[in-house]
Amino acid sequence: MGPIRRLGHSLVISLWFMFLTFPIMVPKVDTIEKTVQWRWDNLLYVGAGSFFLSLLWRFLLERKERGPFRAAEREQKPDAPTWADRLRGNPRALRSVVVILALAVCIFPFLPFVTTYQVNILTNAILYIMLGLGLNIVVGLAGLLHLGYVAFYAVGAYTYALLYYHFGVGFWTALPLGALLATLFGVLLGFPILRLRGDYLAIVTLGFGEITRLVLENWGEFTFGPSGIAGIPRPGLFGMEMNLHEVTIYIYFLMVGLCLATIFVVRRLQDSRIGRAWVALREDEIACEAMGVDTRMAKLTAFALGSTWAGLAGVVFAAKTTFVNPASFTFLESAMILSIVVLGGMGSIAGVALGALILILTPEYLRAFSEYRMLAFGVIMVLMMVFRPQGIVTGVRRVYTYTRKGQDGKET
Amino acid sequence: MTEPLLDIRDLTMRFGGLVALSGVGLHVSAGEVVALIGPNGAGKTTLFNCVTGIYQPTAGDIFINPPGGPRRRLNGMKTHRITAAGIARTFQNIRLFPEMTVLENVMIGRHCRTRAGVLAAILRDRDTRREEREVVERSYEILERFDLADHVNDLAKNLPYGDQRRLEIARALATEPFLLLLDEPAAGMNPKETDELEGLIRRICDEEKVSVLMIEHDMRIVMSISDRIVVLDYGQKIAEGTAAEIWENPAVIKAYLGEETL
Amino acid sequence: MEYFLELFFGGLTRGSIYALIALGYTMVYGIIELINFAHGEIYMIASFTALIVSSLLALQGMTGPAVLLLTAAAAIIFAAAHGFTVEKVAYKPLRQAPRLSPLISAIGMSIFLQNYVMLAQTSDFLPFPNLLPDLPFVAEYLPFLGATEFFIIVTTALVMVGLTLLIKFTRMGKAMRATAQDRNMAMLVGVDINRTISNTFIIGSALAAVGGVLIASHIGRINFYIGFIAGIKAFTAAVLGGIGSIPGAVLGALVLGWTESFATGYVSSDYEDVFAFVLLVLILIVRPSGLLGRPAVQKV
Repeated sequence: MGPIRRLGHSLVISLWFMFLTFPIMVPKVDTIEKTVQWRWDNLLYVGAGSFFLSLLWRFLLERKERGPFRAAEREQKPDAPTWADRLRGNPRALRSVVVILALAVCIFPFLPFVTTYQVNILTNAILYIMLGLGLNIVVGLAGLLHLGYVAFYAVGAYTYALLYYHFGVGFWTALPLGALLATLFGVLLGFPILRLRGDYLAIVTLGFGEITRLVLENWGEFTFGPSGIAGIPRPGLFGMEMNLHEVTIYIYFLMVGLCLATIFVVRRLQDSRIGRAWVALREDEIACEAMGVDTRMAKLTAFALGSTWAGLAGVVFAAKTTFVNPASFTFLESAMILSIVVLGGMGSIAGVALGALILILTPEYLRAFSEYRMLAFGVIMVLMMVFRPQGIVTGVRRVYTYTRKGQDGKET
Repeated sequence: MTEPLLDIRDLTMRFGGLVALSGVGLHVSAGEVVALIGPNGAGKTTLFNCVTGIYQPTAGDIFINPPGGPRRRLNGMKTHRITAAGIARTFQNIRLFPEMTVLENVMIGRHCRTRAGVLAAILRDRDTRREEREVVERSYEILERFDLADHVNDLAKNLPYGDQRRLEIARALATEPFLLLLDEPAAGMNPKETDELEGLIRRICDEEKVSVLMIEHDMRIVMSISDRIVVLDYGQKIAEGTAAEIWENPAVIKAYLGEETL
Repeated sequence: MEYFLELFFGGLTRGSIYALIALGYTMVYGIIELINFAHGEIYMIASFTALIVSSLLALQGMTGPAVLLLTAAAAIIFAAAHGFTVEKVAYKPLRQAPRLSPLISAIGMSIFLQNYVMLAQTSDFLPFPNLLPDLPFVAEYLPFLGATEFFIIVTTALVMVGLTLLIKFTRMGKAMRATAQDRNMAMLVGVDINRTISNTFIIGSALAAVGGVLIASHIGRINFYIGFIAGIKAFTAAVLGGIGSIPGAVLGALVLGWTESFATGYVSSDYEDVFAFVLLVLILIVRPSGLLGRPAVQKV
C-alpha cells in the first residue's frame, strides 16, 4: 500500500471515530439544570488521536503478520534473542542481576527519602505479584480463563477478619487457615464447573465472583454487610511493640518473604510432572487427555492451587489494611490481576512480576494517570492479545540436557 | 488360540439421525498390523474415537485383553484411563503441544506411568528427582530411536511436518501401549518419508512388541505392511482380509470407484 | 392471583428485554464461537446515546412520538457502529489465535468501553425520561399491566418476527446461517465471511440498542455499569436456551425473566442478581447444551 493510500485510509478511520464517539465525547447533558455542554475540543483529540493510532496500528499489524516469513528465512532460529533471552543465556549476568535486585529490595525501605507511604505502595505491588503468580497458575499455565479470582482473595481476607472478630485468632494462625479455606472453596467450585468448555468457565467464574461479593454485601449478620469489618490487627512479631513506620517495614519484608516463597513453589510446580500436564492441557486438551493425563484432575489442582494463593494474599491484605469490606472485591479487581498476567506474559514468573510492578506503581506515581487506570487495563488486554499475546516476557520452556551415561539427567 | 488384544463387537455410533458406525466388528491380535481403510466419511476416525473414549458408542462392546492383564470392557471408560490401560493414538490433524519442546511432548506421554503429585513437585524429594530423571532419560531414548534427538529442545511447532508426524508417534509410544492407533500417519508425507515411516511402523511392531491399528489412504503403505485390512464404507464393514483378498473384492472396488466403472 | 399476574407480566417484560440483548450474544456465538463480553457495553452505550439525544431534543422543545423515533434511531445507529468497530478492532485480528486470546480481548474491550463512557460522561446515575407512549387502552383492558410493559412486550415481539424473517428469507440471513454451520464451506461457495460477521455484529448491536432504549425508559435511570449485569443476564439467557440458537435465546430469556420475577416476588429481593447466576451455573452443569441446543460433537 502506498503512503498516500495509507494516509487516506487513516483519514477515513479518523473521520469514522469522530462520528462514532461524537454522542459520548462531545455533548454532555445536565438533565437537572437542563443545559448542554459542547466539548468540541474532544472531537479534535479523537480525530487526531485515531489518525495517528490507526497508522501505528496498521504498521504493527503488518509487522506482526510478516513475522512468520522472516522466521522462515532465518530457518532454525525462529525468534530473535530478546534481552531476556540473552540474560537467560548468560548465567553470570543473570546472577548479578538477581543479586542487585535482592540488595535493592532489602535496602529500599531504609533509604532516607523513602516514606512509609512509599513502602506501603511497594508492599501493595508485591501483594499483586503474589496474586498474579497465583492466577498465572490457572490462566497462564493451565489455560483456564478465571474471572472470579477475587472471590478467593475475599475468602482469605474475610477468614482472617471474621476469625479475629469472633475468636481473636491471630495473623499467623489465620494465614494457613485462610489459604486452606480458599483452597477448599476452589475445590468445591471447581468440581462441578471444570468440565465446562473454556468460555463457559470464564462466565461461570465471573458469576461466582459476583455472587461472592453480593453475599458479602447482603448477608449482614455474618459479614457485616457493605460497611465491612474494621480494626483487624496487623501481624505481630513476638509481641514486639512497633510504630506505624516500623510495622509497615515489617509487613514489607513479610510480603517479600511470602512472594519469594510463592516464586519458589511456582517454579518448582511448573517444572514438574504436574506443571507439564497443565501446559499440555492449555495447548491441546484433547491430545492431553489422549496422552493419559487426567485433565479434570489437572484442572482441579490448578484451580485449587491458584485459589490457595489468593487466600494467602487475602489474609495479608486484611492484615495490611486492617479493614475489609466487599468494595475491595469487585470484578475490577479480578480484571486488574488478569491484566497483570496478560501484560507480563502468561506462564512467565518474571513477566508477571514486571506486569504487577508496572500496573500497580505507574498509577501511584503518575497521579494524572490513576484516573485512567481501568481504561488502561482494558486497552492493555486488547492490545496485548492483538500484538503480543505472549506478554512482555515470553515464558520459556525448560531446557533439559541429557548425557548418555551421566547420572545428572538435567540442568537448567 | 489367544484372545485378540482389541476385540470390537457390533459397534454402533449414531449422531442424532446420522449413523456413523453400524454393527462393526473388528479385532487386532498380538503382533499384528491391521489397516483400516475406506472412503472419506466411512467412519474410520469415529471408530478410533469410540475406542479411545472420546465418543461414547451408542451400542456394541469394545473389549481389550492386555498382555498379562485381565479382559476389560472399554465402553464408558474415560480417555485417559484407556490410555493408561495401554491404547495410545495419534491424530489425523497433528495435535502436538505446539508451545512445548519436543522432549516435553514425549514427557507428557510418560505422565500416566509416573506419579509425582503437587507435594512431591514442591518438595522435590529423592524419589521425585529420580522419577524425573527417568522420565527424561526414557523420553530421550525414544526420541533417539525416532531420529529426533537433534531437536529435543526445539518447540514442537517449529519442527518440519514429517518430523511432527513422527513426534506424535513417539509421544504415543511413551505411554507404553500394547496397541497403537495411527490415524493417517502418512498423510502429507513425500514418498521418501513414507518409506521411512513404513520401516518405523515395522520396527515398532517387531521390536517394541506393539500392535498397530492404522487408518491410511496411501495404498502403497497399506498393502506392504498390513497383515490384515479392514474396509469400512458408510459405517459398515464391507470386507476384511489380506491385501490380495481385498484387492480382488468386488464390494471394495465398488466402494472406492463407484458403480459406473464396474 | 393478581399478584401472580403482576409478577408474570413483570417477568415477561424483563424476559423480553433480556431476549433483545441475548440475541446478540447468541448470533455472534453462532458465527464465530466467541462470547462477546463487550455486548453488554454496546447496550449501555445505546442507552447513553438515547439519553443524550432525547435530552437534546427535549431542550429543542420537541415532544411526542417523534422524540422516541429519533432517539431510537440514533441509539440503533450508534450501537451498530460500535458493534461493527469493536469487531474490527478487538476480534478480527484474532480469528486464527488460540481460543483464550479473543476472550481476553473481549473482556478488555468491555472494561475499556465502561471506563470510556464513565470518563467522558459521568459515573453517577442519570435519570432517564420515559419516552414510551402512554397507551390508555392498556389500563382499561389489562389492569395488571402498565402501558410501558405492554409497549415493551409488543415491540419485542415485533422485532423478533422481523429478525426471524430477516434470517430466514434474506440473502444476508442465508449467508449468516451458512457461516454459522461451516465457515470454510460458506467461504468456498462465495459467502463474504468478513461482511457476514460484520453484519452479525451490526444486527446484534441494533437489537441491544432497542433493548437499551426500552429498559432505560422502563427503569428510569442509567449509569456506565448497567451493561455488565445486563450482559451477564442476557448471556445466561442465551446459554439457558442453548447458545447459538435464536429461538433458544428468546425462550431462555423468558424463563430467566420469570425466574427472577417470581423469585424476587416470592422469596427475597436482596439477592435479585444472584438468581440469574445460580440458574446459569445449574444449567451449565445439568444441561450445558441448553434447553433448545443440540449437544456439541467434538471434532477430533
